[in-house]
Amino acid sequence: MASVAQPIPGAFAPSRPTVKIVPIKLLPVVAVVLVGLVTAIATNSHWALDFYHVAGGGLWTGIDLFVGLVLGPILGSMPVPARLELSSRMMPKLLLIMPTLVTMTLGSGFQLARTLGNLGANYPNHGWLVASYVVVGVMAVIALGLLEPANLAVLFELRKPNPDGARIGRLMKVFIYTAGITGLMQIATLVIMTKLASG
Amino acid sequence: MEAAAPPDERRLPPIQPIAVATIVLIVSGGIYTAAHLPRHVPQGPTITLLAAAVVLLATNVVLLSRIEPFAWRIFRVVTAWVFAAYIVIAGMLEYVFVYDHTRGTQLLILTAMLAVFAVDIPLLLGFSVARYQDPDA
Repeated sequence: MASVAQPIPGAFAPSRPTVKIVPIKLLPVVAVVLVGLVTAIATNSHWALDFYHVAGGGLWTGIDLFVGLVLGPILGSMPVPARLELSSRMMPKLLLIMPTLVTMTLGSGFQLARTLGNLGANYPNHGWLVASYVVVGVMAVIALGLLEPANLAVLFELRKPNPDGARIGRLMKVFIYTAGITGLMQIATLVIMTKLASG
Repeated sequence: MEAAAPPDERRLPPIQPIAVATIVLIVSGGIYTAAHLPRHVPQGPTITLLAAAVVLLATNVVLLSRIEPFAWRIFRVVTAWVFAAYIVIAGMLEYVFVYDHTRGTQLLILTAMLAVFAVDIPLLLGFSVARYQDPDA
C-alpha cells in the first residue's frame, strides 16, 4: 500500500516565510573570500596562504565537530516541528558556508604545502600528508554524495505548502548520521594536522 | 481509481549510488595524483579511474533520461544553479593546476576529471531534489 504524505501538525503554518535555498545576501561575502584566496595563491604570500588554511581549516573542523557531535544528536532528539524550524534557518547558511570553507582550506593548504616543499616524496611526513588526502577524500564523498543531497532535498520539501514530515524525518536522519561521521573524521584531521605542524 | 504513488515511493533507477561511485572514482584519481605531485604521475591508474568515471556518468545520464514522468523543470533549475557553482569551483582548481605549471597529458587528465566532477555533482543534486517533487511541478 502506498503511504500517504504526512503533513507536520502545528509546524509551518500557512503564514510561515518561504524557505530560502541560498541566502543571496551572503554571496558577496563568498565572492570576497574567493577573490582573496585567488590572490593569496597568485602572490604565493606565505602569511595569506597560512591565514586561509588555518582560519578555513579551524572553522571547517570546528563546525563539523559541533554540528556532527553536538548539534546533530540534539536535533535528533527534538520534536520534528522544532527540528524543522532550526534546520530551515541553519541549512541554507551551511549550504554556502561549508563549500566556501572547504575551498579556502584545501586550495590554500595545497599551495602552502607546494611552496614549503612538503609535497615531495622525500618529505619525512609524506605518508601523513597522503593520509590527510584520504581523510579529506572520504569526507568529500560523504558530504557531496550523501549530506548535501539530503540537505537540499529537505530545503525543497520545506518550500512545499504541505511538507511531508515522514520524508523530512528520513532525510534528516541521513543528514544527522553523515554529519556525525564527518565530525569523527575531523578528529583524524586534527591528529594528522598537528602531527604535520609539529614535524 | 488507485491514487498515484508519492514521488519517493516510485522505483527509480540507481542514479544516486552510481553518482556517488563516480565521485569515489574521481576523488581516488585526485588523491593518487596529489600523492605523486610534484613528481611525474603514472598515468595508467588515473586514466583507468577517469574512464570508469566517464562510463558511470554516461550510464547515469542515459538512466536519468529514461525516467518518465519526472519533475524535469525542477531538475533543470537545480542542476543549472549547482552547475554554475561547480564551474566556479572547477575553474579555481584548473587555475591552480595551470598556475603550478601542470602541462600536457597530466593537465588534460585533471581537466577531464574536473569536467566529470562538475557534471556529476549537479546531476546528483538535481536528481536528489526532483525525485521528491510532483512531476507536474
